[in-house]
Amino acid sequence: MTARAGRPARSPAPPGPAAPAIRCAGLRYSFGTHLAVDRVDLLIAAGETFGLLGPNGAGKTTTIRMLTTLLKPDQGTVAVFGVDAAAQPMLVRRLIGYVPQLLSADASLTGRENVELFARLFDVPRRVRGQRVDEALSAMGLTEAGQRLVKTYSGGMIRRLELAQALVNAPRLLVLDEPTVGLDPIARAGVWEFIAGLRQSSHTTVLMTTHYMEEADLYCDRVALMHHGTIRATGTSAELKAGLGEGATLDDVFRHYTGGTLDDDSEQGGIRDVRRARRTARRLG
Amino acid sequence: MTSAAPGAPPAASADPPRPGPPGLPAGRPQAGLRRLASRVATLCWVELRKIRHDRTELYTRAIQPALWLLIFGETFTRIHAIAAPNGIPYLDFLAPGILAQSTLFIAIFYGIQIIWERDAGVLAKLMVTPTPRAALITGKAFAAGVRSIVQAAVIVVLSAVLGVTLTLNPLKLLGVALIVVLGSAFFSCLSMSIAGVALSRDRLMGIGQAITMPLFFSSNALYPERLMPGWLQAISKVNPLSYEVSALRWLLIGVPTNLALDTGVLAGATVAGITVSSLLLPRLAR
Repeated sequence: MTARAGRPARSPAPPGPAAPAIRCAGLRYSFGTHLAVDRVDLLIAAGETFGLLGPNGAGKTTTIRMLTTLLKPDQGTVAVFGVDAAAQPMLVRRLIGYVPQLLSADASLTGRENVELFARLFDVPRRVRGQRVDEALSAMGLTEAGQRLVKTYSGGMIRRLELAQALVNAPRLLVLDEPTVGLDPIARAGVWEFIAGLRQSSHTTVLMTTHYMEEADLYCDRVALMHHGTIRATGTSAELKAGLGEGATLDDVFRHYTGGTLDDDSEQGGIRDVRRARRTARRLG
Repeated sequence: MTSAAPGAPPAASADPPRPGPPGLPAGRPQAGLRRLASRVATLCWVELRKIRHDRTELYTRAIQPALWLLIFGETFTRIHAIAAPNGIPYLDFLAPGILAQSTLFIAIFYGIQIIWERDAGVLAKLMVTPTPRAALITGKAFAAGVRSIVQAAVIVVLSAVLGVTLTLNPLKLLGVALIVVLGSAFFSCLSMSIAGVALSRDRLMGIGQAITMPLFFSSNALYPERLMPGWLQAISKVNPLSYEVSALRWLLIGVPTNLALDTGVLAGATVAGITVSSLLLPRLAR
């Protein structure tokens, strides 16, 4: 209960037929003439860890942006814990902790200030604010580093700091866009350890995108395979692999549904992603 | 409990959300105002923390106004090229103009920060908090004002050291702070609006460079309006910087002006600026 201890007014999730964490139907979004997301339906149960898999340009991030109220869908509906995102975006945002793809902490503030900023933006009451910030930092193993400027952090530490920022509001849904992209294997394992720990302690629903199949295999209860803006298959990793026969890997499943591997895709995002990643590196370096 | 949405957060559980028209946040207007005040306070707090962690900008930005006052001001005072009203020394007349100029320079490049935040994904994260677009922009506009106040304090001290006779009336100095905040809020909104159109740092830098000097020279910062040719007077009349300078000049050295008009124009321009940049913000978030 680390991240949630001391939350005063929060009632536990109502028992009985709780609304699903996410229900979206018929989502559609286009950038100009390019149809980025087409007829996407998702049903994610409360408490689930759900992975949205696909290559760059598959429409994962656009889908995430619609689920987090950043984009208004051209068509379709989104409900987060039963709250309609189009009608009550402010309410939906209170339920979500969001970690975007890029390392996005403010390098000119300390780690603690970064978390406090989000505590304030989520209206965490002043009398519990300090305590909640400390808890979030300690849950991510950043108590000591919290006093230092983020400029001095490693990539893995910044990711954990972003998780602390997302957690300070004790969100019911954690949305992670490529949480381990660009991190070295040790930092990746570290981030996963913290996400897994968080799940055990607070049963937060987690929705993440990734293109690391082995991570999805290990950490997600269910996955959806996305390609060219549509969802090609949904199920547990075991189900999807079993569907293909003995000894199949999630990579094989992906190849089966999309007719390609994750690595050969360069249709979109390529140079922009690289540029952005470099800019992030420069900014934080 | 049945009335509360299943996902109702702590803040809303005591006050069940009622369905509002799409796109509008649920809740009473006071709640909206309280949230606005809270967001403005938060973003100003962030700005103060940043200034505290890194003061270099404060010093480097003091160099240019110091040069204007020391070289331009001292020289033009000596050669009596520009006749200031009521026979006051030209340096005294210039000081409020340079104060306004240096806060203009801070504010006009403030949009760079929002583009940086967009490129870094910070803006997306801010926009997934329960913060309406207008509150985010207002907060940033006032944060620019906070930075300008700190800068203004440096220039007021510098002017006093150079022998400018400034007011010591605390109410008037408070007024100076208010005018500086309003002016910076407007020009930072102008900058954020340009950011929403230009969408890139380089372009914003270019446009910023291109408009700062015309804004400065077409205002009454360097010379009284009555010395300008007619066409320039007309431009000066629609330049918010002129109203900022006039207000500062009255507050700091007592040159008469219509303070209500000056403040009204700045406040109106700020509200318009906040509206336009809030409308353009979704372009940055896309």
